[in-house]
Amino acid sequence: MVHKITLTVNGYKRTVEVKDNELLLDVLRDKLKIKGLKAACWRGECGLCTVLLNGKLVKSCLVLAVEVDGSEIVTVEGLSRDGELTELQKAFIEHGALQCGFCTPAFVLASHQLLLENPNPTDEEIKEKLSGILCRCGTYYEIIEAIKSASNFYRKKQR
Amino acid sequence: MLYAKLVTSTVPHAKIKRIDFSKALQIPGVVKVVTGKDFPYRVGMYAGDRDLLAIDKVRWVGHPVAAVIAESLESAEKAVDLVDIEYEELPAVFDPLEALKHDAPLIHEKMEEYRHSPAFKPIPGTNIANKFTLVKGDVERGFREADVIIEEQFYIPHVSHCYMEVQNVVAHYHLDGTVEIWTSWQNVAPIRQIMALSLGIPHNKIIVRIPYVGGGFGGKAGLGWEALVAVLSKEAGFRPVKLVLSRREQFTVAAVREGFYGFAKAGFKKDGKFIAYDVKFILDAGAYADYTVNVGRAVGYSADGSYDIPNIRVESLTVYTNKIPTTALRGFGYPESHWVLEQIMDRAAEKIGLDPAEIRRINLVKPGISETCTGERLREDAGNPEKVLQTLLEEIEWNVPPEKPGEPWKIRSKGLALFVKGPAQPPNAAASAILKFNEDASVDLLIATGNFGQGTITGLIQIVAEEFGLPLEKIRVDYIRDTHKSAYTWQTVGSRGLFTDGIAILRAIEDAKKQIFRVASEVLRCPEDHLELVNGEVRVKGKPWEKIPLQDIVMGYTYPNGNSIGGPVIGRGVFMSTHTTYLDPETGQGNPTIFHTFGGAAVDVEIDLLTGEIKVLKIVQVLDLGRVINPLLVKQQVNGGSLMGLSIGSYEQIKFDERGWVVNPNFTNYYLIRIKDIPKEVVWKAVETAQSDGPYGARGVGELTMIGIAPAIANAIYRATKVKINQLPMNPENLWKAFKEQRPDLFDEALKMFIESKKLVEVRA
Ligand code: FES
Ligand code: FES
Repeated sequence: MVHKITLTVNGYKRTVEVKDNELLLDVLRDKLKIKGLKAACWRGECGLCTVLLNGKLVKSCLVLAVEVDGSEIVTVEGLSRDGELTELQKAFIEHGALQCGFCTPAFVLASHQLLLENPNPTDEEIKEKLSGILCRCGTYYEIIEAIKSASNFYRKKQR
Repeated sequence: MLYAKLVTSTVPHAKIKRIDFSKALQIPGVVKVVTGKDFPYRVGMYAGDRDLLAIDKVRWVGHPVAAVIAESLESAEKAVDLVDIEYEELPAVFDPLEALKHDAPLIHEKMEEYRHSPAFKPIPGTNIANKFTLVKGDVERGFREADVIIEEQFYIPHVSHCYMEVQNVVAHYHLDGTVEIWTSWQNVAPIRQIMALSLGIPHNKIIVRIPYVGGGFGGKAGLGWEALVAVLSKEAGFRPVKLVLSRREQFTVAAVREGFYGFAKAGFKKDGKFIAYDVKFILDAGAYADYTVNVGRAVGYSADGSYDIPNIRVESLTVYTNKIPTTALRGFGYPESHWVLEQIMDRAAEKIGLDPAEIRRINLVKPGISETCTGERLREDAGNPEKVLQTLLEEIEWNVPPEKPGEPWKIRSKGLALFVKGPAQPPNAAASAILKFNEDASVDLLIATGNFGQGTITGLIQIVAEEFGLPLEKIRVDYIRDTHKSAYTWQTVGSRGLFTDGIAILRAIEDAKKQIFRVASEVLRCPEDHLELVNGEVRVKGKPWEKIPLQDIVMGYTYPNGNSIGGPVIGRGVFMSTHTTYLDPETGQGNPTIFHTFGGAAVDVEIDLLTGEIKVLKIVQVLDLGRVINPLLVKQQVNGGSLMGLSIGSYEQIKFDERGWVVNPNFTNYYLIRIKDIPKEVVWKAVETAQSDGPYGARGVGELTMIGIAPAIANAIYRATKVKINQLPMNPENLWKAFKEQRPDLFDEALKMFIESKKLVEVRA
C-alpha cells in the first residue's frame, strides 16, 4: 500500500508517497534527496544514517517511513544557516576530525545533540554517546578534540 | 536509471550446468538477466585472472553468476531470488596448504591463457598464482655458523577493508560507443586501461569519473565492477545502470585481504647478529588473485624489514583456494612480513639474553652502506633507522618499568616493533600534473591522485601555494578525478601520492615559473635569475619596489600601447622513476621501490591473564618522513593507522564455515574498533632525514602507521609472560587459550590471586 506522509525536514514541510516497507533512510536519501545521511550497513550497526527524529538521535535504517508521519527530522544539512558552518563544524575541520568524510555527517549531528544535552562532556561521556557510529579512517581522537573545543559555544548558548 | 543486482553462487566449486531465469524475467520491472557466457572477458591488473560473471564454473560461495537489471532495486532484488542455477559440484579446497598438494582440486585450468604482468610467475597446472623467490648470500652456511636458531609459524586470517562507503558504480554505454563511468574507487587510470585492453574499447572512448570516496585502504585499487556495469548498460539498451554492493556482499563477493601463513627459520650469532633467514610465505588468495600476486611479491621482498641480513632465502607463494577473492590492504604485504620478522627479533633477543631494543640496534641497516635483501644499496638519505629506534625508546620510556596494575592478575608491559615500507608499484609507474593560471592569478591544479581520506590533496595544494607565494584559497583541485580532464597518474596506492604527484607538481611549478620569469625579465629589463616570486608578485631580488603582480603576467603581459608578450601560463610536470627495476625472477634482486620510509611503533599494554583481554594504554609511533609537510595530516594518518592496526590486530577476522561460507558478514559479528575502545594516548614523533629527490625531502606515510601495532602488542605480551602469540587476532579467546596452554603456572597463580581478592572483599563485607 502507498501512503502519503508529511515530514518536516530541516525546517521545510515535505509531503511524499511511501510504501509500507520503505525505510526512512531510503525516503530521505532517494526521494527527498537529502544526501548528508549515509549508509554503510543497512541494519543498525554503523550509525552513519543517524538523524534527529523529534529531537532524538535515531538510525534511520531501522525506522519505517510510514511510522513517522508528521515528525520533525533534522539532518546535518539542517545545522548550518545561510551557508555558514556552525562552530562545531568548523572545529571538526580545524582539528582534522574527518578523513574520507563519509562518517562525518553522522558524527557532527550526534556531537551537536550531545553538546546540547551536555555542554561540558568528559571524554568518557563522549565515548559512551558516540560509540554507535563507526569511522574506519580512525578519526576518533580528533572528534573528541573537536567536540571539546566547540563545547564553549554550547555553554555560552545555554547561559 | 536502471539497477543491477548480482546472483551469486551458493556452492564453493562447481560446474554451471544450467541457469534458468525465466521466472525472474516475469517480475514487473525486470529488463534483462545476463550471465557470464554473454561476456567471455578476462580482466585484471597483475594476474589478469578475473571474469566479469562466472563462465562455466564457480570458484567460491559468492561468485557472481548472473546479473539482473531492473527498473527499480526492489524488482531486481525480487528477481535475484528467482534465478535458478543447477550446479555439478567439484571438490573444493579452502586451505592454501591443502591447495598446494599435487592432488588438490585445480581451481584455474587455463592459467596459461591469462594476460599477467611480466613481474609474475604463475604456475599453470597448479594452484600457484605466483611464485616469488629471493636469494641473497648463502643461508645454509649462515645456519651452520649460527649459535641460536629460531623456528616459528605464524598466521593471519582474512580481514575486510571495511571502508565505510560500499563499492558502487554507475555506467552509461552511449550509442556513439563512449562509455561513461562514475565509481567509488581509488584511481581512474587503471579502470580505463584494463577496460580498454580487455573489452577492446579505445582509451579515449572510456571516461572514468571519481568524486570523493568514502575510504579505500587499497581495496579500491585496480579494477572493480566498472567493466561489468558498462556491459550491462549496453545490454540494457544503452541506458545508465547502477550497481551498489550491500555490506554483506562486501564480505562475501568483493575482494578482501588474503589469509596468510609464515614459516620462518632464523639464525643468530651469540652477539645478536642476525646471519641467516629462511622464510616461506603462503598467501591464501581465494578464487582470484589478480592483485594479491603483487602483495605476495611485496611480502617477499620486504622480508628483511629494517635489518641487514647477509644470508636470506625467501619463497612467497600466492595460492588459489575456493574462498572469496583477495586484494591489497593498507600496508600491502608489509604488515604480514613484519608480523613474522618483528616477533622473531624478540624471540631471538630472549634466547640470547639481549634487550629487544639492543638486538635491533645491532642489526639495523645503515643507509649509504647496507644493501636490502633485493640487493639495493640504500641511499645515504634513505632515512635514519637508528634515530627512529632511539626516539622510540625515549618516547615510550623503554627503561622505565610500567606501574603495576591494582589487580594482581593483571600485568603491564611494553613492546616495540620497527618497520619500513615503500610503494609496491611497477618500475614505470608514472605521474603527471598540469597547472593552469586563471586571470586573477588563481590556479587550477589538474592531478589524478585520488581523494579518499588521506589528505594528500591538501599537502599538494600547500606546495603550489608556497612556491608561488599565493594564499591556499587561490589553488583549486576539483573534487572529481576524470580520465578526460585530469592529468595522468598510474594509481594512488602504496603511500606514493605525495611523493610521485608531489614531484610532478614541483616540475609543473618549475615549468610555469620559467614562463612567468621569461616575460617578467623582458618587462622589468632584468635577467631571469635576478627575479623572485614573493606574495603573488614577481620582484627583482634586492629591489622589492621593482615588481609586477602575477595577474598581469599569467594571461600574457600587455604594454600601455597594447603590445603584448607571453600568453596564458600552463605548467606541466611529470614523475618517472629512473632507478626502479623488475626483480630477477630467480633471485629477487633489483630495485623495487622509489623510497623506503623507516619507522617504529611501541605500546604500553595491560594484560588480563584471566580473561585474555588486553588494553592498550599508549601507542608511540616514530616515522622518518623525510620532511613533514603538514603536521595535522601526519597526525591523522598516525591516529587512523594506529587504530586500524589495533582493530585488525585485536578483533578482526572473516570466519568461514567448512563449506566456505562467510559466517560473520556484518558489523555485529565482525567487530571494528569504536570510539569507546581507543587507547588513552597515541603519540607521534617525526625524524626528518630529507630525501634529496622527494618533494621538499618528504616521503610517504599513509600505510606505515598500521604495520607496527600488532607485532608491538604481541612483543609486549611475550616480554612479560613469555607467551608466544603467533596468530591474529589477539582477541580474548585466542589469548586466553595461549595463556592457559603456554603458561598454566601464570594462569593458576593469577586465578588464585583473583579468588583471594574476592575472599578479602567478602570478609570485609
Ligand atoms: S545504515 Fe543505518 S546503522 Fe548502518
Ligand atoms: S572519516 Fe572516513 S570513515 Fe570516518
